[in-house]
Amino acid sequence: MEFIETLLNGLSIGSTYAVIALGYTMVYGIAKMLNFAHGDVIMVGGYMIYLTMAGIGNPILGLAVAVLFCVVLGISIEKVAYKPLRGASPLAVLITAIGVSYLLQSTAQIIFGSAPKMVIVADLGNLTIGSLTVPYYMLITLGCSVVIMLTLSLFVKYTKTGRAMIAVSEDKGAAQLMGINVNAIITITFAIGSGLAAFAGFFMLMKSPSLSNTLGAMPGIKAFTAAVIGGIGSIPGAMVGGILMGIVEALSLTVPAIAPYTDAIEFLVLIVILLVRPSGILGKVRREKV
Amino acid sequence: MANKLTNIKWKHYVNYIAVAIVTVVFGALAFAGALPSSALYLLEKIAISIILAVSLSMVVGFLGELSLGHAGFMCVGAYLGGKASVILEPMLKGVPAGKEIALVISLIVGGVVAALFGIVIGLPALRLKGDYLAIVTLAFGEIVRSVFMNTSSESFGGALGLSTPRYNKSILFIIAFVLVLVCLAVTQNLIRSKHGRAITAIRDNEIAARATGINVTKYKLAVFTISSLFAGVAGVLYSYSNYNVQSSKFSYNYSIEILVMVVLGGMGSINGSIIAATLITYLDNTLQTVLTGDLAVLQDLLYALILIVIVIYNNAPALKNFRDRFNLQSVLKRKFDPNHQHDDEAKWDRVPTKIAMNEILSVDVQPQMSTLDPDKKEGV
Repeated sequence: MEFIETLLNGLSIGSTYAVIALGYTMVYGIAKMLNFAHGDVIMVGGYMIYLTMAGIGNPILGLAVAVLFCVVLGISIEKVAYKPLRGASPLAVLITAIGVSYLLQSTAQIIFGSAPKMVIVADLGNLTIGSLTVPYYMLITLGCSVVIMLTLSLFVKYTKTGRAMIAVSEDKGAAQLMGINVNAIITITFAIGSGLAAFAGFFMLMKSPSLSNTLGAMPGIKAFTAAVIGGIGSIPGAMVGGILMGIVEALSLTVPAIAPYTDAIEFLVLIVILLVRPSGILGKVRREKV
Repeated sequence: MANKLTNIKWKHYVNYIAVAIVTVVFGALAFAGALPSSALYLLEKIAISIILAVSLSMVVGFLGELSLGHAGFMCVGAYLGGKASVILEPMLKGVPAGKEIALVISLIVGGVVAALFGIVIGLPALRLKGDYLAIVTLAFGEIVRSVFMNTSSESFGGALGLSTPRYNKSILFIIAFVLVLVCLAVTQNLIRSKHGRAITAIRDNEIAARATGINVTKYKLAVFTISSLFAGVAGVLYSYSNYNVQSSKFSYNYSIEILVMVVLGGMGSINGSIIAATLITYLDNTLQTVLTGDLAVLQDLLYALILIVIVIYNNAPALKNFRDRFNLQSVLKRKFDPNHQHDDEAKWDRVPTKIAMNEILSVDVQPQMSTLDPDKKEGV
């Protein structure tokens, strides 16, 4: 029973990672850049939920406000910081992204202070089936993530915008020649990714109510790891990688001897995967051309 | 002989001379007792920052790969070098110059172990590049930190940190600056050699570099190893300077701070890195007393803005014309050079004739007419 609980915990952590990883992987696939600031958009979403909860007290409304704000934030980050650098060296873009991440963290600390805020989204209690005790938040996280992933997969596969996204990620120049507005597609991608980050912030606050300006930093890096493990640029890969990371984390947290090293183990998994299979589990191997 | 002296490119030696002058001046002041211990501490910190920035600049500015684990290498050096000095201190108690021997040995230990880690991290660097490499180095830094944080208190001090022996403050900063000179000598001689040109070729176009026969693997590994060696040395200096090594110091944020120094100084400019490292360390030190509590974060905000603004300004394709027009060199030239010609104005008093053109063209650009002449066959 305990093992099943651990597994469920892993699944819920993993699905949160998967939702974050989707944002990374989509932006990476389409804009070919690592959006380092993605994790901090989660944190901004968390603060938006906190503000709405303090004002109105409705978690669903809080989520809506957070999603809206994060979408606007994601689009403006892209327009201000990344768009001028399109065509510049990848190193420059990466350093700017790190700068944006730092900027968001320090701005949040200036506005809200460094002391963690407590945000109790909703006291949901546990579901008990026989000897199995599962908190409701896990089930909500799992359910919402599955819905999000399915919607996103269908969106990319069957809508015109989604197919344009695939085209841009395959070949930007050719897509432009086919009449696709590449800039608009990149903006939409950032908007979707940031919206998903707000959802991830909501899931994380349901799990533990402590909110600080580094809320998204570690999960962001882990989710990027998940995206890399699954194969960056691939949407199913992000899901697989996220769930894998979550289960590794949940399992290593239950063993007392290695629990303090949980982060180290997850990063070790990343290094090993990159050494053995740099393109990830579901990623495509691309030959580099001149 | 005289000809040889005038042929020396003085600008290649400016930074050695500047660092040497700073060392001598402050060394004299320190022996005269005119410097408070806080100033000595600041000088040590500046020297450590310069070593870190110059060594990171090799990876980021010259090899063109982003390492976010520089603080991790420093952490390895600080802990292992610090531990070596703790072990050696009682062993060399009666020996003359025992403290100096302990310092040298711990510097070697810290540097070499960090360099070994550099090789370990450099190996994936051969397969990975760009964002992947950045994330692997970041992961490495976090792994190192979390491993040292969870060690037992007997081995590496665990969460409380490792206490290291004290060393004479007024000499330590001189040693630190001598190490800065060593670091500069190694880095600049490497960069200005043919190997350095190979390294910059890898940065500019890896595939083309490979095609011209450059051993990309070898060079990447070498740069990573040398860079982490100096990060380790800086770590040992840090352990000596602070008496206490805490793993929380070597977080991801510290790697970013070093990166800010490199970016602010201008990527691919060692002198720039030195100046930026000095400036930022000094600012850090001054702001620490001014900005307390939640205000301390204003400093991070400043770093973030520096990173974003400088990188966008230097790299945005749309700003290229603006940069060319208004960079310091061309502005100065317009101001002070009476013969300077504007890009868009032509002077018609000297129309270049064909003969003049041949004079203008440098020797190696000039086409050799004999080989280009189609009537003449080769070997005739």
